[in-house]
Amino acid sequence: MSPDSSNTSKIAAYAHPERLVTTDWLAQQIDTGQVGVAGGIALLESDEDVLLYATGHIPRAQKIDWHLDLNDQVSRDYVDGERFAEVMGARGIGRDTTIVVYGDKSNWWAAYALWVFTLFGHEDVRLVDGGRAKWIEEGRELTKEVPTATPTDYPVIERDDAPIRAFKDDVLAHLGMPLVDVRSPGEFTGELLHMPDYPQEGALRGGHIPGAKSVPWARAANEDGTFKSREELEGIYRTEQGLAPGDDIVAYCRIGERSSHTWFVLTQLLGYSSVRNYDGSWTEWGNTVRVPIER
Amino acid sequence: MTVVSGAALPAALAEIADDFASASNPMKLDLLLEFSEELPPLPDRYAGQLDKLERVDECQSPLFLTVEVEEGERLEARTVHLFFDAPPEAPTTRGFAGILHEGLDGLSAAQVLAVPDDAPMRFGLAEAVSPLRIRGMVAMLGRIKRQVRMKTAAAA
Repeated sequence: MSPDSSNTSKIAAYAHPERLVTTDWLAQQIDTGQVGVAGGIALLESDEDVLLYATGHIPRAQKIDWHLDLNDQVSRDYVDGERFAEVMGARGIGRDTTIVVYGDKSNWWAAYALWVFTLFGHEDVRLVDGGRAKWIEEGRELTKEVPTATPTDYPVIERDDAPIRAFKDDVLAHLGMPLVDVRSPGEFTGELLHMPDYPQEGALRGGHIPGAKSVPWARAANEDGTFKSREELEGIYRTEQGLAPGDDIVAYCRIGERSSHTWFVLTQLLGYSSVRNYDGSWTEWGNTVRVPIER
Repeated sequence: MTVVSGAALPAALAEIADDFASASNPMKLDLLLEFSEELPPLPDRYAGQLDKLERVDECQSPLFLTVEVEEGERLEARTVHLFFDAPPEAPTTRGFAGILHEGLDGLSAAQVLAVPDDAPMRFGLAEAVSPLRIRGMVAMLGRIKRQVRMKTAAAA
């Protein structure tokens, strides 16, 4: 397969082109033995469906489970520095390892993993444009072989939430400033108390946080799950929605996974400097007593 | 492990529950994957005709199911057959369907109706696949029992 030069120039136009790789680039790295070896690139698959990895994955990819590896199992929070060090160390990842993440559903869960890695300040994390679906669509190799990593000592890093994570009180203090609701239009208006097809993850009240702009996450993605070009994205977020790169912005959805996708678009592809993901999102806001809601 | 209620599972389903209960988390996922791979395809009379099946909206990926109940006088003598359809890119949903197929297909209508509604909670799967996903299987079981009830009501 010839290198897709148009795709490469598409990536070069983004604010942080080093955050996104093509399936071609990844295939080359795998072919030349750069992936999953000591000192090489760590490739991680992060899916919504926890069984998907086992049905076949990109060669040399290891699984990261958003539920078991990244979420605390008791408190509604992310794992702490010690657990994170275990998760990374077991996969042979060091603090300076290049991590490449891909996943199902247009990279929702891959973007979510990348965002959590960013809470721990892991420097070099990239997404595969188009994710799992594009790799398969292109007829590339899948394997069921699970690679074994040589464990490393990943340092115990204290999570730094403040720059990119918003809590409910932060959002209350933020009212009147830019908010982006990335859920489906029906959830935004309050007609739906849950995401279509996800009725069990609902809330007692429908609607949105007052002042939020409705920009469904999927508007940032093409049919094949790749991100739209910088020009197209600027047309949506900047021209149409009036969000400026220096604005203080909070994005939210239902549990923070779809808004991780939008967080990635705003900060990494468009270079917005101050965007926080409110991971409590509608499952917290729509169940909280006496917070303001708009319909 | 949380034991939820007292009512017994039918033998085949109880055996599956034991297999899961004694497995570690990674083994549970392997086992679930086996069930997803073993889910039989739709027979010709349903293939490509999802409108003849009931859609289970509670599952995170599209799942369709239908139930056939053999003719007979008594619920104890009427055999139930289950048919499911879910895409290969939704292996967890397929796995849940596979468990119910393996555990319930071929039982009598009376036996299916006696399956406790909390049966899906007895596989120890919540910690392996996240508790929210299990509700998809609860919904499948609910639809199966409702279809059995409907399809046997006329004769009762």
